[in-house]
Amino acid sequence: MASLHASQIIWVTLRLGNDVPLLAIEGLTKSFGALVAVGGVDLSIAEGSIHALLGENGAGKSTLVKMLYGTLQPDAGRILIRGKPTVVASPNEARAQGIGMVFQHFSLFESMSVAENIALALDHKPTPDEVKAELDDFVERYGLSVDPDATVGDLDVGVRQRVEILRVLLQKPSLVILDEPTSVLTPQEAESLFGVLRQLASEGKSILYISHKLDEVRALCDDATVMRHGKVVARTDPRKESSASLARAMVGSDVSEVSRKAGSVPADAPLVFELNQVKYDPGTLFGMSLKNISMRVHSGEILGIAGVAGNGQKELFDVLSGEALVDLDAVRMDGHPVGSHPISRRRQRGAAFVPEERAGHASVPAMALSENALITRKAPEDGTLGSLGVMKFSAIQKLSSMIRDAFDVRSAKGDPAASTLSGGNLQKFVVGRELSRDPKILVVNQPTWGVDAAAASFIRGAVMELAEKGSAVIVISQDLDELLQISDKIAVLSHGHLSEPLDAANVTLEQLGLLMGVDPTANTSEAAVVERSDAA
Amino acid sequence: MQLELFKRDAPSGKMLVAAPFMALGLTVLTSGVMFAVMGFNPVAALYEYFIAPLTELWSVYELLLKAGPLILIALGLAVCYRANIWNIGAEGQFTMGAIFGSIPPILFPEWTSWTTLPTMLILGMVGGALYGGIPAFLKVKFRANEILTSLMLAYIALLILDYLVRGPWRDPGGFNFPESRNFSDEQSLATLEGSRLHFGILIAFAAVPVMWFFMSRTLAGHAFKVVGEAPRAARFAGFSSKTLTYAALMFSGALAGLAGIMEVAGPIGELRPTISPGYGFTAIIVAFLGRLNPWGIMFAGLLLALSFLGGEAAQITLGLSDKMARVVQGMLLFFVLGCDTLVRYQIRLTPNPKATPVATASEATDAA
Repeated sequence: MASLHASQIIWVTLRLGNDVPLLAIEGLTKSFGALVAVGGVDLSIAEGSIHALLGENGAGKSTLVKMLYGTLQPDAGRILIRGKPTVVASPNEARAQGIGMVFQHFSLFESMSVAENIALALDHKPTPDEVKAELDDFVERYGLSVDPDATVGDLDVGVRQRVEILRVLLQKPSLVILDEPTSVLTPQEAESLFGVLRQLASEGKSILYISHKLDEVRALCDDATVMRHGKVVARTDPRKESSASLARAMVGSDVSEVSRKAGSVPADAPLVFELNQVKYDPGTLFGMSLKNISMRVHSGEILGIAGVAGNGQKELFDVLSGEALVDLDAVRMDGHPVGSHPISRRRQRGAAFVPEERAGHASVPAMALSENALITRKAPEDGTLGSLGVMKFSAIQKLSSMIRDAFDVRSAKGDPAASTLSGGNLQKFVVGRELSRDPKILVVNQPTWGVDAAAASFIRGAVMELAEKGSAVIVISQDLDELLQISDKIAVLSHGHLSEPLDAANVTLEQLGLLMGVDPTANTSEAAVVERSDAA
Repeated sequence: MQLELFKRDAPSGKMLVAAPFMALGLTVLTSGVMFAVMGFNPVAALYEYFIAPLTELWSVYELLLKAGPLILIALGLAVCYRANIWNIGAEGQFTMGAIFGSIPPILFPEWTSWTTLPTMLILGMVGGALYGGIPAFLKVKFRANEILTSLMLAYIALLILDYLVRGPWRDPGGFNFPESRNFSDEQSLATLEGSRLHFGILIAFAAVPVMWFFMSRTLAGHAFKVVGEAPRAARFAGFSSKTLTYAALMFSGALAGLAGIMEVAGPIGELRPTISPGYGFTAIIVAFLGRLNPWGIMFAGLLLALSFLGGEAAQITLGLSDKMARVVQGMLLFFVLGCDTLVRYQIRLTPNPKATPVATASEATDAA
């Protein structure tokens, strides 16, 4: 422990030079083959500041952060922590250097308790009981209430994120990196997260906040670094900018957002898609069973399904797509019963599906884009297959490049693997693959999750255009702004129940928020827990 | 200094080609050392092992004879492994193919028309496919791990064969030796004049381009790869994982069964307690050494056949134990899997962490 003492002295000495930024990056560069993901980026974060990192998907934000957190090694440039050049060789090293990270995708063990999950993440390996004692302190200080004995699988997404944040805070970092933290939160939850972050900053901790939600960044951050194509294009104080000017810096041009015109669906539009009292139990420990869900979607109509993740979205998507089968009559397309028909037969009837998870569900990460195009485009009219199922490579390549051109998919040349694309570009490819079929019915789950402003706007525009042409569209999304912008009607999914659809033109955020928070079957949250454990 | 593995940004194409050769080189080197330790001249032993079998025509025939079943079985296994289904029980499917295929010559010895042999081959495939279907059924129905079930079923098949040739299928005129009756010409594969090489080998080699076309050019072959890489994407694509599980295991069972009946209706000519020097297990090495690619499997099959022959040759001329062949095969698999790591990872020498300019906090944790 003697050296610990010595290191504390050095630490204190370093702190005294208070002009030195906590973190400085000089000329950091990382290439993947010919693609320069991050090219000569400079950045500095002062102690106690909340610094925004803004940029389109593929701008290099994730690559930059991965170098800071030690999961990638830079090709050139250096990282200075409190003025001292540092090699961050691994995430362990990063944590030892006082860098903590809250990931966009949760990395918690669902079957373990909160305290156990946190204990696992700490380098000094405390027992869960020791964690509990330490947690109390943090819970009180930051108002992040969490039951340390609760099983993570029983918690909703907002609480899980609180656990992730607490887990990082218990490592006592001096820099906390958050990657798109509010994409899973209700507006109220997001606001309370901002409170915590502001308090952390006031205690002298620095925060690197990665987001594409410009209003948030303007409300929260002191500094912003805007990246485009791997380079820094602007450094600014976001409080002095408008959302439009930030967006322009990010995209390099104006982002045009189109809104759905109210009353654009004619009253006599034919009924295209119908769900009649669907009951479905996924039969897994942490799944949510669907209870008597009915919906009707007409030609040219966009039905938005709002709700916080974990309230049955995944299960609803599976039932809609045919990955989960129900009674034949429970689902109807164009009047034909298809409830027990698998996904391929529903595609034959003109339906198209975009699942939430783009890598691993909508696409095979290790396979080339052309091979991924084939996954859902193997019907006779796609012309991708010859007799006996022999693949027509030139036709498949042509289809793939048509999708890439029409939907502005940016990637390496040739036929790269899906895993090499950034999230937004892969999402554009997946959406493009389905939309270019001109489907009669489209079901999309979280169309713009973790996707930058420009790509999101593009995808929303394409979905609305499809509805203009007379298709029936169901959009499942946690992003209320998105749903209000594009939907004709919005229904809320909560605890496996679907509310009556509300007219999107007249509904308020408060109305939706209330429906999202309420468990329609119970008056107390205890009752909900009992019900869930019964289902399991 | 310490060695560390770093994940490459993308799999290395060079290593993909080089790894099998590196593995082969390391195997030769290590087995040379082992020969020396055992008191043999390593150069002479390695010559007997890897070169001598190629110097005479008859032993080249023998090489092809042994490569045939290895290639045929490994082609089927590669389909399974691509689909992430770990069929370890090809030895059992081989044996069951031999048993099913032997039904006509043993139970209906008088039936000797031109249809007899094709019937035997088809029955062999049916037997292997049905036996491969058992672990598929157990996996689909009860989620039983196919590694365990297929391996255990292999031993059951070997014991069933043992029971049959010592009991009900024993040759009535065979002086109580544990053998079935000998197969007649109509019940056997035609051989090349003056050798044991039979035309079944042509089937094995013809299967190579067919399987290559199937796996890389057809939607069905693509489906196996998709389900192996990303099962949810396969379900989304509309490929049923149940169907694919049955298809992969029954198809590889059918190929192993075909190899089994061709071995019995070819060089052996009867059923015995032991009909395979471990083809079903060695084929696992063949499949991986060949990178699950049919053309690679063809070369790997020839190489592993060489190790069988070399083992026999070294036993005769040098008095090396025939178990040595299994040791060499085991080392080869070990080095193949080891060298495969280099495709996705690279080895770097990193300086001792304490010597880096990195910071105080890590030193503190090191000390603590």
